[in-house]
Amino acid sequence: MLLVKNGRVLDPSRGTDAMLDVLLEGDRIAQVAPAISAPSAEVFDATGMVVAPGFIDLHCHLREPGDEPSETLESGTRAAARGGFTAVCAMPNTKPVNDNASVTRAILERAQAAASVRVWPIGAASRGSKGEELAEIAAMKQAGIVAVSDDGRPIATARLLRQVMDYCRSLDLPVIDHCEDASLAAGAVMREGNQSVRLGLRGMPAATESIAVARDVQVAELTGGRLHIAHLSTRASLELVRAAKQRGLPVTCEVTPHHFTLTDEDLAYDTRFKMNPPLASRSDRDALLAGLTDGTVDAIATDHAPHEPALKDVEFDRAPFGVTGFETALALGLEQLVHTGGMTLMRLVELFTAGPARALGITRRVATGEPADLTLFSSEHAWTFRAVESASRSRNTPFDGRSFRGAPMATIVAGRIVWRR
Amino acid sequence: MLGIEPLTVEQITFLLDQSKPFQEIQRHPLKKLATLRGKTVALAFFEPSTRTRISFGTAAARLGSDTMNLQAEVSSLRKGESLLDTARTLDAMKPDCIVMRHSASGAAEFVARRLEIPVINAGDGTHEHPTQALLDALTIRDRRGSLEGLNVAILGDILHSRVARSNLHLLGKFGCRFTLGGPAMWVPRELESLAPPGCSIRRVARIEQALEGADVIIVLRVQQERQHESALALAEYILLYQLTPERLRLARPEALVLHPGPMIRGLEIDPAVADGPQSCVLEQVTNGLAVRMALLFELIGSAQTESSAVAPAQAKDAADAAR
Amino acid sequence: MRVVEKSQLMSATEIDRTIQRLAHEIVEKSGGTSNLGLIGIRRRGVPLAQRIVRAMRGIDGVQVPVGTLDITLYRDDLSKVAPHPVLQSSDIPFPVDDKDLILTDDVLYTGRTVRAAMNGLFDLGRPQSIRLCVLIDRGHRELPIEASFVGRHVQTSDTEIIEVRLTEVDREERVMLVERVS
Repeated sequence: MLLVKNGRVLDPSRGTDAMLDVLLEGDRIAQVAPAISAPSAEVFDATGMVVAPGFIDLHCHLREPGDEPSETLESGTRAAARGGFTAVCAMPNTKPVNDNASVTRAILERAQAAASVRVWPIGAASRGSKGEELAEIAAMKQAGIVAVSDDGRPIATARLLRQVMDYCRSLDLPVIDHCEDASLAAGAVMREGNQSVRLGLRGMPAATESIAVARDVQVAELTGGRLHIAHLSTRASLELVRAAKQRGLPVTCEVTPHHFTLTDEDLAYDTRFKMNPPLASRSDRDALLAGLTDGTVDAIATDHAPHEPALKDVEFDRAPFGVTGFETALALGLEQLVHTGGMTLMRLVELFTAGPARALGITRRVATGEPADLTLFSSEHAWTFRAVESASRSRNTPFDGRSFRGAPMATIVAGRIVWRR
Repeated sequence: MLGIEPLTVEQITFLLDQSKPFQEIQRHPLKKLATLRGKTVALAFFEPSTRTRISFGTAAARLGSDTMNLQAEVSSLRKGESLLDTARTLDAMKPDCIVMRHSASGAAEFVARRLEIPVINAGDGTHEHPTQALLDALTIRDRRGSLEGLNVAILGDILHSRVARSNLHLLGKFGCRFTLGGPAMWVPRELESLAPPGCSIRRVARIEQALEGADVIIVLRVQQERQHESALALAEYILLYQLTPERLRLARPEALVLHPGPMIRGLEIDPAVADGPQSCVLEQVTNGLAVRMALLFELIGSAQTESSAVAPAQAKDAADAAR
Repeated sequence: MRVVEKSQLMSATEIDRTIQRLAHEIVEKSGGTSNLGLIGIRRRGVPLAQRIVRAMRGIDGVQVPVGTLDITLYRDDLSKVAPHPVLQSSDIPFPVDDKDLILTDDVLYTGRTVRAAMNGLFDLGRPQSIRLCVLIDRGHRELPIEASFVGRHVQTSDTEIIEVRLTEVDREERVMLVERVS
């Protein structure tokens, strides 16, 4: 038994904001009430901390199987725990691609043995994510996937997307798409704009993303299936999602911390700032901040994409896309959204909990009977993030050396403290 | 020397002034100095180039230094060795500086950040080609007396031209007015953001508009190898953008015609213009040698400080002490 | 490096008289001035050469051509110079081949400057002869160089420096003996 005492419970699913104790028994929440007495319980003093439902990261790359030098389920989930995440959704672009039940099972078995937090695999939409034939989605669902995606790449054609969405609707699985028009993105390494022209680097215009979002929204309308837009990064895409929601379509979307913090002006030739979709213009970033606040955006997701140093230590053109992000996500959210006065703490917690849960079709609550997953954080604790101290095997973060006000303090998964500061 | 963009007007003027003695030396019967004797210049050309490589090689030789030659075609780069490893291998042979050309923008900075020795950027992707801009500036200044406030027309595929960018940065710092003329998909609006304060950049679709009133015309070469993009048919290019004698007449009578080379006579430039009195291409070559000699002298010829940046001289007559 | 002035070696009048005397010597010992050329070594060798040539004109109306030579590129000890030496142009407006040249400088010390100057001259052509004219010879030669025309011999120690100040460069006119103090 674990008693989390003296914390401020923030639960967006019910609007709770109160000083409450939480008693955990086994892997479930046993009681949520003021001043609980439980003499035989281990006590965790959460004075000065917010007690939230366990954070969910809808989008990450754990690289196992196939690229263990960059990350493993063990190291990746350790980094996730340090970021306050209790569950992470792992994208299928491993080697081999997670496109059938045996790979899904292998991942889950390995996670059972070595992972610090819950690993919820996302299955590929097409075989090998090649964009040709449907993957074995039903079998993977049985094995335990929570969504379907060809991330790394867009789902190749409108026709395939329609098939996938129809099929997944019958299986009650959301489809997550990495929205990108391949012809506009070809050869591009950053956002097209003043900065790309100054640096002499090939850029992809903002329309690269929104053209694909427009396609996907219309296919979603055609099929009635649940569509989730991964790592949305432009104003134009946001407006399309807003309009779709207004029409009552089940479309959700996520934004990453690096996209709401940085812009293309922060990029010189440092490959730690190279990712896809690339850092956008100031105007796009401002639109994302607004969308996070006004509810158009449902979730913050990290798209944690580790690459071992040797892979990133090359000329900008040749470096793979991707930055890590578990350990800085909450702090960046506090810095850019809450401490600026733009957003309430409750709304920020929603973006890490109820929002992602909604996209997945589940609930995330601090209530009796719910899974004992909690994220404890301080919105004031001062600290500096150093890449060399990260639990991830990789160091490709644009935030090395950044000082923050606010940090995760403890992560509880299935009733156990898996990490504390 | 990674690019023109970070340099000040004073630093650029200093380099141009320092090039003058080296222009003179080209006229001596004996052109070889012993100034950099014992020094080694590594020429790391990861992209094919004959003219620039020979120019730097000659500059090094005339100063009395030795060269180490790396050419991409014959190097282990073909075997998949990374740029970082190649740079480290070169560094281990202890040259006094590296002159580098590479097809990736930012490659010179990538190497410079990791090595102790000075790196001269001889062209990185579509980003900068600083010595080209310096030799163009020297040519213009010699013919016109000053770089201030000139009307400069740049013709061609500007988006993919590092020569254009370096020239925009350099002449822009002297308050020049630019008109960029070329195929619209290669003259995007974002180029206008490159203008420093005091300089203006405008884009036009027709070459005639670019040439009207121009003091200096920079003709870019036509790139036929394009990745991820379809090329423009050569006949189209000639029709719209070839610099012919008739079109040249639209510019000021004393207008200078510059070309970074190699020229394709009959494509971007009419032979009569290329060989005409307004063409500066031969001076550009001589000045290229002078500018590169001045740069090598500046970077490796004197008591070295840690930085590879150029600084204007405050040389006292410390020379007295060594008489 | 701090310097302390120790004494004045020559006043403006003495400099002028010495230049006149040097001009006379050169005319006397050259067996004809028609093939002469004076080359001033930058910086202060230049005004000296110009003044000597003017003085020679005053003697028999001889018009001897003058050139200037910057020796920075020919030095063997660049590392001892300031970090970013300024290059000036050399300017020798007459052909050097078969000419009897007179190199002019303010102070002759180790001889390295003159060695560098000769290298520079040989890059330009093949003079018939080269002789050296200096205002002050302070000894301490490190190379086998001698001056044919000397304004004044001065014994010095290693810590001393001779500063020749000429109006064209320094806006005052005298020769000072200064000492380096640590």
